[in-house]
Amino acid sequence: MSDTVATAHPVHEQHAEQGFWRTYVFSTDHKMIGRQFLFLGLFMLVIGGLLAMMVRWQLAWPETPVPGLGAIPEPYTYGGIIPPQTYNALFTMHATIMIFFVVMPIMVGAFGNFLIPLMIGTRDMAFPRLNMLSFWVGALSGAVMLASFFVPGGPAAGGWTAYATLSAKESYTGVGWGQDLWIISLIISGASSLMGAVNYITTIVNMRAPGMSYFRMPLTIWSLFITAVLLLLALPVLTAALAMLLFDRTMGTSFFLPENGGEPLLWQHMFWFFGHPEVYILVLPAMGVTSDLLSTFSRKPVFGYRAMAFSMIAIAFLSWLVWGHHMFVSGMNPLLGTAFMMTTMVIAVPSAIKTFNWLGTLWGGSIRFAGPMLFALGFVSNFVIGGLSGIFMASTPVDIFIHDTYYIVAHFHYVVAGIIFALFAAVYYWFPKMFGRMMHEGLAKIHFVFTYIFFNLTFFPMHFLGVAGHMRRIYNPLQYEFLKPMQDWNVFITVSAFLLALGQIPFVVNFVWSLAAGKKAERNPWCANTLEWTAPSPPPHGNFEVQPVVYRGPYEYSSPDAAEDWLPQNRPLAGAAARAH
Amino acid sequence: MLRWLPEDVSTYGGEIDALFYLIYYITAATFLLVTVLMVVFLIAYRARDGRRATYSHGNTTLEIIWTIVPAAILVVLSFMSVSTWAKVKRETPPTDFEVGVNAKQFNWEISYPGPDGRLGTADDVKFDNDMHVPVNRIVRLHITSSDVIHSFFMPNLRFKQDAVPGRTVIGWFEATKPGRYELPCAELCGFGHSGMKGWLYVDSAEDYAKWAAEHLSPKPQ
Ligand code: HEM
Ligand SMILES: [Cu+2]
Ligand SMILES: [Cu+2]
Repeated sequence: MSDTVATAHPVHEQHAEQGFWRTYVFSTDHKMIGRQFLFLGLFMLVIGGLLAMMVRWQLAWPETPVPGLGAIPEPYTYGGIIPPQTYNALFTMHATIMIFFVVMPIMVGAFGNFLIPLMIGTRDMAFPRLNMLSFWVGALSGAVMLASFFVPGGPAAGGWTAYATLSAKESYTGVGWGQDLWIISLIISGASSLMGAVNYITTIVNMRAPGMSYFRMPLTIWSLFITAVLLLLALPVLTAALAMLLFDRTMGTSFFLPENGGEPLLWQHMFWFFGHPEVYILVLPAMGVTSDLLSTFSRKPVFGYRAMAFSMIAIAFLSWLVWGHHMFVSGMNPLLGTAFMMTTMVIAVPSAIKTFNWLGTLWGGSIRFAGPMLFALGFVSNFVIGGLSGIFMASTPVDIFIHDTYYIVAHFHYVVAGIIFALFAAVYYWFPKMFGRMMHEGLAKIHFVFTYIFFNLTFFPMHFLGVAGHMRRIYNPLQYEFLKPMQDWNVFITVSAFLLALGQIPFVVNFVWSLAAGKKAERNPWCANTLEWTAPSPPPHGNFEVQPVVYRGPYEYSSPDAAEDWLPQNRPLAGAAARAH
Repeated sequence: MLRWLPEDVSTYGGEIDALFYLIYYITAATFLLVTVLMVVFLIAYRARDGRRATYSHGNTTLEIIWTIVPAAILVVLSFMSVSTWAKVKRETPPTDFEVGVNAKQFNWEISYPGPDGRLGTADDVKFDNDMHVPVNRIVRLHITSSDVIHSFFMPNLRFKQDAVPGRTVIGWFEATKPGRYELPCAELCGFGHSGMKGWLYVDSAEDYAKWAAEHLSPKPQ
């Protein structure tokens, strides 16, 4: 390892051999922190998934005992039968965990940390110790969230949106500490994300390798950069709202309680002012990763690279102007509904641009159907459905009917749960770099087929339920005459959801087995252009043997200037070809 | 099995449903277009020996087209939505038929003006979960809540409005067909949320008059 090339890199002592604690636990190496976030997220995915299965069991076979749940004491279950209060807690915690402890830690925490320094060609994050703190604060917030399962009264049960006044007073839900811990956990988690965001922005702005101009950055980096900016601006709003809610609950203030002049809709405005950008915080990294993977596995440059970057910037900017579309029937002035409909329709355009550019990237390619590519394609296909179904809600009159029905549940799972496809794509793609071993291709394909089929069988029929008027967050659909004819769909969805869960077994097997005994990975198994593949697999502390110098954009696949169908960003060109650039 | 939108028995529901179906056809066509293109590309451009991918960074004309076309469609959809939205939520037609809806954990308290003919006074007549209205008559609702946020949902009338503590929201509908329709709560309001429901009885003019005479007129002391 050569330390001769000067790069911005303040902390130097850790390049020496480190002990166990310094290497695996309190590491300041962005790659280890990335792996830690990955393990945290995958662990939470199992919990969030199990909670979803219990929700689904109840909806298909209401008030019948869930197998294996009998051990949990009253009043949380009655011999395995889920009571309504527990049911509310189940979907609240499912959503909270999936959003804050699965998708964010993996897409932003794990891949952001792992990839940013490697892809921009630097040795580590700008603030390695802050980075370590960000992970451990994140882990602490996860622990607080999980602890809320074990306090008297059970965990939060007011939905992940925690609408006031329901969430603001114990007497309304019967949830005491659980809701307080939920608030505290999310405040801590916000601190963790904020540390990450500051670090990402500083690193990307200041530490790019020589030649790595903004418009030579891979779209993955663009997406993480924009995500970090959104995090920086959105999280303080959530934190403020959460603090106010905590004060209302514990200190007798009345921000959201109308008895003393508070305003319940204020919570919704603050929550969604954070919440809508949050959706893009979740989905932008998935879009970035997908763009990179479609290009690599089609052996083609990304179609309209600049349009892809600018449409992400446009999405980020517009995401501040659309929060009210969650509130069309909330009781706010309906004139605002018209305004928010307009902005919402506008934000659909950059998403359309991205979709068509992905198709353009496939067009004329030489497409390889490796595991990561299949999942990237799966993400595109699901995103198309999620994006198109969103137009129904954008139209205010149509939203009157479908708001708070299963149609919404279908829509956002196509988007946010669809991100799981990009997440798996990223795991399969970067696993060799992260762990120095390949994952098994055959198992990856089986995993994809099961996931793709049962994902769609689970979530697509929810549109039918919603259009028939099936409310979301209801404990027992059989309480409604007009929903009884739809119950067969609830059973169908639940069976599909269980098969979707079983379909994850090949992934678990593959992941664990490959970690221990997978084939040793070469430096660049996918013949990709971006800088991380020029480092050893896995890269040592400090990443690169020599400081990379960047000569071109990341997508020079099948360039006439090169004999092979790829041309790494750091390879100088000789002679005529070089002069032409 | 598959049931599309529930029967519509309101005067404005037809417009909402028409918008729904319009968006449905547009999105279905777009979905088909994108999916077919994707499948065709995946088959036609799968990796084969000796063929190299096209080296292309894009095509500005195409990109402009697929920016402008969706934008134009969305603008048209917005303008089409504006008038229906205004009709349902922004304007309330004149009527002398007023009903109060007060949501509580976990039932709908429906109130009718008492002998003084005014809603919101002490002599209001109150019912739990049952609302009677005459057919073909504009009904103005005064919706509020006394504890948490609920949502007054009438699927068959394409009506939904959150009931927010601390404020009264005005809504309206006109039912076109006599019958008995379910009134669920559509906003999570606590452990009894599921099952917080009432019934809307749309009565013929005679039936309504009979019901009103029996229940709304002042009781002999
Ligand atoms: C893996 C399969 C999954 C299944 C079977 C599933 C199932 C469900 C079900 C049944 C509900 C309750 C809907 C209701 O009654 O309102 C729900 C809610 C939700 N899920 Fe999932 N889910 C899955 C994955 C995910 C993922 C990956 C995410 C996010 C990133 C997610 C985010 C949410 C959110 C935000 C809610 C809303 C909860 C609320 O109403 O407060 N889900 N899910
Ligand atoms: Cu309610
Ligand atoms: Cu409710």
